[in-house]
Amino acid sequence: MSTESVQFHRDADRLTHDLRHRALIQKALGGYYIKRDEQKKKYTDWQQARASAAAAKYEAVNHLDTYLIELSDKLAARGTKVFWAADGAEAADYIASVARGAGVKRIIKSKSMTGEEIHLPQALEKAGLEVVESDLGEFIVQLRGEPPYHIVFPSMHLTRGEIDATFQKKLGSAHADTPEELTMIARNVMRQKYCEADMGISGANFAVAETGHISITENEGNARLSTSLPDLLVTIVGIEKVVPKLDDLAVLLPMLATAGAGQNMTCYNTLLGGPRQPGETDGPREFHVVLLDNRRTALLADPEQRDALHCIRCGACLNVCPIFKNIGGHSYGTTYQGPIGSVITPHLRGLQSWKHLSFSSSLCGACAETCPVKIDLHHHLLQNRRNAIEQKPVWWEKPIFAGFAWFMRRPGLYRFAAPMLRLAAPVLHAIRGQDIDPLSLWTRTRDLPVPPSQSFKEYWRDRNAKR
Amino acid sequence: MKITLFIPCFIDQYYPGAGIGMVRILEKLGHTVEYPESQTCCGQPAFNSGYWDEARSVAETMLDAFRDAEVVVGVSGSCGAMLKVFYPELFHGRPREAEAKALAAKTHEFSSFLVNVLGVGDLGARFPAKATFHDGCHGLRELGIKREPRELLKHVRGLELVEMKEAETCCGFGGTFSVKFPEISTAMGEVKCASILETGAELVISNDSSCLMQIQGLFDRQGQKIKSLHLAEVLAQF
Amino acid sequence: MPNDSRELILRRIRKALAVTAPARHLVGAVTGPSGHPPQDWLPPVPASEAERIALFEKNSLDLKTEVRRCSDAAAAASELAALARENNWKSIGSHRFALGNEAVSALGLPVVFTDQPYETASLERCDAAVSGCDCLVAQTGGIMVTSASAGGRVLSVLAPHHVVVASTSQLLGDLADAFAVLRKHHGSPPAFVSFITGPSRTGDIERILVLGAHGPKKLTVLLVQA
Repeated sequence: MSTESVQFHRDADRLTHDLRHRALIQKALGGYYIKRDEQKKKYTDWQQARASAAAAKYEAVNHLDTYLIELSDKLAARGTKVFWAADGAEAADYIASVARGAGVKRIIKSKSMTGEEIHLPQALEKAGLEVVESDLGEFIVQLRGEPPYHIVFPSMHLTRGEIDATFQKKLGSAHADTPEELTMIARNVMRQKYCEADMGISGANFAVAETGHISITENEGNARLSTSLPDLLVTIVGIEKVVPKLDDLAVLLPMLATAGAGQNMTCYNTLLGGPRQPGETDGPREFHVVLLDNRRTALLADPEQRDALHCIRCGACLNVCPIFKNIGGHSYGTTYQGPIGSVITPHLRGLQSWKHLSFSSSLCGACAETCPVKIDLHHHLLQNRRNAIEQKPVWWEKPIFAGFAWFMRRPGLYRFAAPMLRLAAPVLHAIRGQDIDPLSLWTRTRDLPVPPSQSFKEYWRDRNAKR
Repeated sequence: MKITLFIPCFIDQYYPGAGIGMVRILEKLGHTVEYPESQTCCGQPAFNSGYWDEARSVAETMLDAFRDAEVVVGVSGSCGAMLKVFYPELFHGRPREAEAKALAAKTHEFSSFLVNVLGVGDLGARFPAKATFHDGCHGLRELGIKREPRELLKHVRGLELVEMKEAETCCGFGGTFSVKFPEISTAMGEVKCASILETGAELVISNDSSCLMQIQGLFDRQGQKIKSLHLAEVLAQF
Repeated sequence: MPNDSRELILRRIRKALAVTAPARHLVGAVTGPSGHPPQDWLPPVPASEAERIALFEKNSLDLKTEVRRCSDAAAAASELAALARENNWKSIGSHRFALGNEAVSALGLPVVFTDQPYETASLERCDAAVSGCDCLVAQTGGIMVTSASAGGRVLSVLAPHHVVVASTSQLLGDLADAFAVLRKHHGSPPAFVSFITGPSRTGDIERILVLGAHGPKKLTVLLVQA
């Protein structure tokens, strides 16, 4: 087992026993399900909408070079500086050098999972720059020194009491009882930061090739402020975020809101295509767009799983995943949690080290059922498993499955399984759950069924004998 | 009609009642049933663990066993999905791909077969109890089975069916998942069991006995009195 | 400009795309009813102006956007004055736009005009922002703004109360209609476009809704009959 896998088991074991966490997450998501279902009902045809969204992303991803070039050219035509980064280090270095070149001291940042993925805030802080997360949830976990718990709801795992304690400790604020009061504290802190920042950094939800815009979806307004007030703006966007046409957003923006948060549309959906243009009185004077690969092309090269790049990062698969709900977002130990994270992380960070994420699923398929762009998520988990084993069979598993196959190909031998089970049953029952019980992985927490007096095969033989 | 029975390995070993129930029902409806004794396991444990060569080797015995069948009916959503959805995947680009596709096409899950192929609803069954139905994930999402078990159960005299919150949420069995990640599996099972108990039902019914193994295993360990039965066992009470 | 990895990435992409990915999970034809585009699968939009206004108002109610109907420009001016009194405005941000000019000057309040060079600090102190818009979207209850139509990129998001003065003739059906307006009026769509759908909000704390996270806490639309 990799160190990541060992850590995963430890964290998952701890969280699955945490009944307080279990109840908190159930409650937090309860409202989401209701609103999401209400919203879906309003659609003329939700399933056809999914197919349309999937078709738009399929077109984009399967002609990625064409659309990226078009995007880049159209952005550049308005004075945007476009930088293509092969990996995270290249992206972080470039952004740091842009900041250094402009004498930047204070950076205000809006939500970017891509930025998390390449550890951008940490890289910039190491370069001596102050980076403040402006999104409320991100701000809270930044103060606590924690990674985001969920790609859309970073502080879902925290109670108001915990947030109040954090604010008091880190901001010196007065005690606050309600989410409203806590939000106002953050709002007041942030207003200063927006006005003082020399540089803004944002992510992007989509990038429109036809018109040369990046598109940012949010509810708080912090991304609009972070991308409008500072003189210098850098947007980092994964290359897979591109969509061919502006009209594709007419379907994708509402679906992102519905699947992600049960909303009709989120509060602010903003298209940014360039720095301050002639005739504009505000906005950044310099705008950089960093297009990031960081092994997305490796996933692209796997035709079976290429559709994982269709992901619009709505978080819906996390919200319906029973594994996610029981182990929590931090147990994944990586930027992208839930089913999509379990599919792509082995590709982005290494199959052998991260395959455990693809194995830790019951393959219930709720994720694929809910995905607004119809990614075949649960089947990709199976494919990752196959790929991992083909590359490197687990040394003690291989003989077990070889034995399993050998046995199951011999119905004559298999006939004797039932009598063996009946013989062993009382002994197994007596030692159930203890260390010496070979089935203790089951019996630690669950009883086994009592083997019946007759297997089906035995019943069938008896029945034929009687006729 | 001549119907060939598909009895998955753990039904054979642990829950033969589900298979026997299916036999009784199909014979009551006037069909001839046959059972190729050479069938053992569909190969899903190896398949789910990533050992597709071994899974294929086991699956070939199924291709052999059902080669001459006209129609194959099984009492498990998850094993049914293995044959119907995953065998074409498993044999894609390999020898015997055509046979795998043919088997997939002629395989049916039991409740789907009764409602969608035979067009039956009322089997004349009687089973007074307050019960709830758990949708096995593979049957639900791979085979699209949701309406059919309820269509059949609504005719069972004396049976009061109440829906649980989260009927479609996974029970946590997931095959080898239940022993590879026992803590997560157990937590998921606990959530499912709580949902079942909330209905006040005395019986939980499912079209997948593997789910019931998980659910009943937890209930027994918790000392709960609630019982579980496969759909075929309930419908065969005539 | 530092050398970047453009050619390397394009090479990787082309090599990857040499193998086609299956599209088996996609429905074949995804055109909507009567050959209309995919946005027809979204919540339906009624055809008449009256129904669209009603839909916009219903959506606004859900979003907590306040909509005040005004029979004409004079009525809009008196509604704006009422808002100023109710909310005790001391100074506002605005820009020059046909629907708003009279109403804004009639307020008699200090105005930070953002369609000319302005101080961010002064704008930050304003109690409200009064702007125009490109159009309203009935299906979502949304408002489309660009720098030209709403006084820049900052005005409509910085002040705690944003007031939009719009005409019923600006009310469109859905996002696709709004994108068409963008193309028509601006040729190459401008560098900044935003769809505003309700006052700012967050659910980041215990998933409980709070308004006014960073953007305006209040959003009012003065809808002037065309």
